[in-house]
Amino acid sequence: MNDVSKKRLPVMLIPLVFFIAMVMLLSFGLGKDPTKLDSQLIGKALPEFEKMLLIEDNKLVTSSDIKGPALINVFASWCPPCYQEHPYLMKLAAAKEVTIYGVNYKDSKQDALKFINNLGNPYEFILFDDNGRLGIDLGVYGAPETFLINSENKIIYRHVGIINEQVWHTKLKAKLFPVNATPQGQTPQGKTEGSSN
Amino acid sequence: MIPEIGNLALSFALALALIQFVIPLIGVSTNNWRMVLVAKPAAIGQFVFVSISYACLTWAFYINDFSVLYVAQNSNRSLPTAYRLGATWGGHEGSLLLWALILSVWTFAVTQFSQTLPALTRARVLAILGAISIGFIAFILFTSNPFDRLLPIYPVNGSDLNPLLQDPGMVFHPPLLYMGYVGFSVAFAFSITALLEGRVDNLWARWVRPWTIAAWVFLTLGIAAGSWWAYYELGWGGWWFWDPVENASFMPWLIGTALLHSLAATEKRGVFKAWTSLLAIAAFSFSLLGTFLVRSGVLTSVHSFATDPVRGMYILFFLAIVVGSSLALFAYRASTVSVTSWFGWLSREALFLLNNLILAVVTLMILMGTLQPIFAEMFGLGKISVGPPYFNLVFNILMTPLIFLMGLGPIVNWRQFSVKLLIERSRVALVVALLFGLSQIYFQADKSLSEQLQIFLGMFLVAWVVIQTLTDWYRRSKRKSGFKPFNISASHYAMYTAHIGLVIVLIGVVLSSHLSIEKVVRLGVGDEQKVEGYTFHFDKVENFNAANYDGIRGTFSVYQEGKVVAKLTPEKRQYHASGQWMTEAGIDSTITRDLYMALGEKLPDSEDWAVRVYVKPYVATLWLGSILMGLGGLIAISDKRYRTRRKKVVSDTPTDAPNDNTADAKAEA
Repeated sequence: MNDVSKKRLPVMLIPLVFFIAMVMLLSFGLGKDPTKLDSQLIGKALPEFEKMLLIEDNKLVTSSDIKGPALINVFASWCPPCYQEHPYLMKLAAAKEVTIYGVNYKDSKQDALKFINNLGNPYEFILFDDNGRLGIDLGVYGAPETFLINSENKIIYRHVGIINEQVWHTKLKAKLFPVNATPQGQTPQGKTEGSSN
Repeated sequence: MIPEIGNLALSFALALALIQFVIPLIGVSTNNWRMVLVAKPAAIGQFVFVSISYACLTWAFYINDFSVLYVAQNSNRSLPTAYRLGATWGGHEGSLLLWALILSVWTFAVTQFSQTLPALTRARVLAILGAISIGFIAFILFTSNPFDRLLPIYPVNGSDLNPLLQDPGMVFHPPLLYMGYVGFSVAFAFSITALLEGRVDNLWARWVRPWTIAAWVFLTLGIAAGSWWAYYELGWGGWWFWDPVENASFMPWLIGTALLHSLAATEKRGVFKAWTSLLAIAAFSFSLLGTFLVRSGVLTSVHSFATDPVRGMYILFFLAIVVGSSLALFAYRASTVSVTSWFGWLSREALFLLNNLILAVVTLMILMGTLQPIFAEMFGLGKISVGPPYFNLVFNILMTPLIFLMGLGPIVNWRQFSVKLLIERSRVALVVALLFGLSQIYFQADKSLSEQLQIFLGMFLVAWVVIQTLTDWYRRSKRKSGFKPFNISASHYAMYTAHIGLVIVLIGVVLSSHLSIEKVVRLGVGDEQKVEGYTFHFDKVENFNAANYDGIRGTFSVYQEGKVVAKLTPEKRQYHASGQWMTEAGIDSTITRDLYMALGEKLPDSEDWAVRVYVKPYVATLWLGSILMGLGGLIAISDKRYRTRRKKVVSDTPTDAPNDNTADAKAEA
């Protein structure tokens, strides 16, 4: 611990090198704004998959079992906002406004079942994506996230964060059910229903 | 008009920050005293103008000036006044202005409490703080101006503050947290100054310590307040989620804790100088990184506000310049820092080194877990599963030895200590603590093996640290002349208090994680539910109206052995402006247990409700322990050594400090 020498310079450079690597990583992350859908997925068909269900866990479903127009909601029991979002999904499902499919993302089966048993099940069925493979195909960054699927089973929009009454009425509903039947989302009338209470 | 004054004041503040940065540095290098002396008035002026600017924004909220875009987005006429003022920092622009305000407050504090510093050093410190301020004020003015108008057409009413934030906890949490975050800028500025001057020494460590401790106290309390808020506002009984934003505040805390310890070693023994200056840079860098993570939208989180890649780019650029140049300076200068002191493998220095290593590794592991989604994106596949399981595992494995060391640190001497004495002084505590830990699992025979192990380890560590701390206190108080507890220095009492505070937090962490009982039940008015010896009786449910939301409130009486021990009133609220439903948990708290209820949904076709009932042991110790830790920090700052200016002392290392004596190596008596 005593000696002082110029040989220590490379060691002292470690923090700087580490930091530069991190900045490069972060600038990479910045280019891919997680709140916007990676452009290559818009208008594309849902990725092909085969997944087990969470609840009837001996049943295998594929991407063709999903029938649009619908929401694909990515959730997990470890995600606090999901608890906040869930009651509104229940309400949407109860009012039969839209079909919702669930993707249980990187969760343990036990915790996920507890989540559903406690809060209710608004989903048509729930894909159990314990290894996050489907999430990667969809480009999921975290939970909750929701994908809007049109009647041709194409992804038309990706919503990051929770869905509540306001989000549903001002953003998502009009995209999923275009008022003047334009084929692919993007209706200028999207904001007509404003802040309904 | 008022918002324009705010904008103008902020522009003046930017100009003053530029002056504060540039002029003193030129003065220092050209030996121009007039220019050196500009630093202090410029810093004070900057503080005044940022304060004016902040006051203007607050005023705009107070009078509901919805012609200001930021106010229209984050407030509402029916919002209660206290929340309207709190809403000032409820969004991106305002919270950045709060950041700038707090930076100027700390800078102002430096001008007031650093009379003992050599003038050149003080000028450099202020100049560096000015540079940081330039970055933030320019960021606000050019990308995130809260004073932007919504003219000519503006709404009659605003779109409301996020209901999650409409809560007393949210009024205190951000300012406390920011005081901590930003407070590390002072240690950072001191560290850069010392590297520039080539003088990282005991005296430097003594200057930095009170500032670091102050920032650490705020950060500790800020994190605790945030956790408390999550506990009762999210309605799920959890108090820590390893959310990216929580991690962003936790990483500077861990590094700050490491810094507190290595500063003590540097001050008392002149060791770890380069490492300490690196930690001081790192603590603030993590604060900046946290700001980046929260503001750029690189990671999504419950706390994230609107995201904008331009803003993210700006912060990243700023981060790269500030941290990059600091680390380059560190690489250049730290290799010349001399280490003249020696210590043995069993000494307090060695234990501090271990403490620092563990804290640094924990921080890096948390950083990796937090950034994991970006890694996953980059390489196509996630290598490690992110989420609580990863963080809990890493944290448990690394914190166990760290907390064990807390029982040894106080009893081991500086420089060298004998193994024999160590064993002699700690064997009783070790045996008693082991027995205590075992006795705790005896009562939890129905738990799984891994849970039993965790309860055992947790309770063993609690008992171990408490016993070692108390016996150390007793040993130091016992003098030949009798029992003299007041002869122990304040810094020792600070350490005792903070350490005990930490293990009290540990009690809550372990017991509330493993022994909480949770029941989700269907209850109608008049029904009862028994949980853990408590009977929850559903008295009534009623609707009520508040200014900005409609609520439903359930009233429950809790009986224990036939007597009412608590009344709980969980609520659900629907906010008018956004239509969002929020949960307000009903909580009755004592030290040993929290009774916690949350109203779920009303079940269809009946008058029954889904109700979540929790009995959570020792949750209150989380907040109590955090307050004790903060108190420990306050005691440390109160240590009169930081205020005595000249004192005849002996030191291990010679320093070239011109007008002050060197550190007191034996201040602890």
